Amino acid sequence: MKIQLLFFASLRETLGGPRTLELPAGATVAQVRALLAAEGEAPAEALAPARPVRAAVNQVLASGEAVLADGDELAFFPPVTGG
Amino acid sequence: MSVTLPAVPPRVRIQTADFDLGQEVASLRADDGGVGAVVSFLGTVRDRHGAQAGEVSAMELEHYPGMTEKAIEAMIDAAHARFDIRAARVIHRVGPLKPCDQIVLVAVSSAHRGEAFQACEFLMDYLKTQAPFWKKETTAEGARWVDARVADDQALARWGIASANAGLAAEGGR
Repeated sequence: MKIQLLFFASLRETLGGPRTLELPAGATVAQVRALLAAEGEAPAEALAPARPVRAAVNQVLASGEAVLADGDELAFFPPVTGG
Repeated sequence: MSVTLPAVPPRVRIQTADFDLGQEVASLRADDGGVGAVVSFLGTVRDRHGAQAGEVSAMELEHYPGMTEKAIEAMIDAAHARFDIRAARVIHRVGPLKPCDQIVLVAVSSAHRGEAFQACEFLMDYLKTQAPFWKKETTAEGARWVDARVADDQALARWGIASANAGLAAEGGR
């Protein structure tokens, strides 16, 4: 299956712009995070388990256990700081 | 012949442009005779973290287009479900801002003041921890992303809503 990946703020600066990702069926948010962390030193640091990272699936906040489906939009970003 | 429908102002606006508090409050009240109270919160850009005035020279606001609007619409729905309010409006600016600029407006109307005060604070507490915005500040040392505050999660907890925005959350985690 294919999903659309997005990053924001500091994670966008480290991981870059939007892209599509080919995944096995049943992949979870946490699995994608681990997959991305394995891409290099900077991604590993930015997505390390000790770092607070939030995720949204189809523009709704999601937990690491959330299971992805074909065509989903998955975004990773740091804690929000608006207001 | 074209028919012009009265423009219903959207409840949520994300924009680079500035806004006018008086105009927004007037349009929120919009001849609603049931309104007896309007509470508004105006957030502005500070030029410092601590005591050092002028430390922050610029600020850049990033957001997640689409999710931001959806998240705030859901917050306003939650405010309507929880409090007896007439109307609510949220405007949040994005893009480059300077110290003293207006950044966010939350305005709520209700029959009596209590509900409007509460709903306004509820919306702001919610927004601080759940709406996808990120601030980047420029100081003499360069630009840096602003850290989320645990105090903001605690503020939302007062409403019985758990948030772990600032800390290590289950969100997006392992």
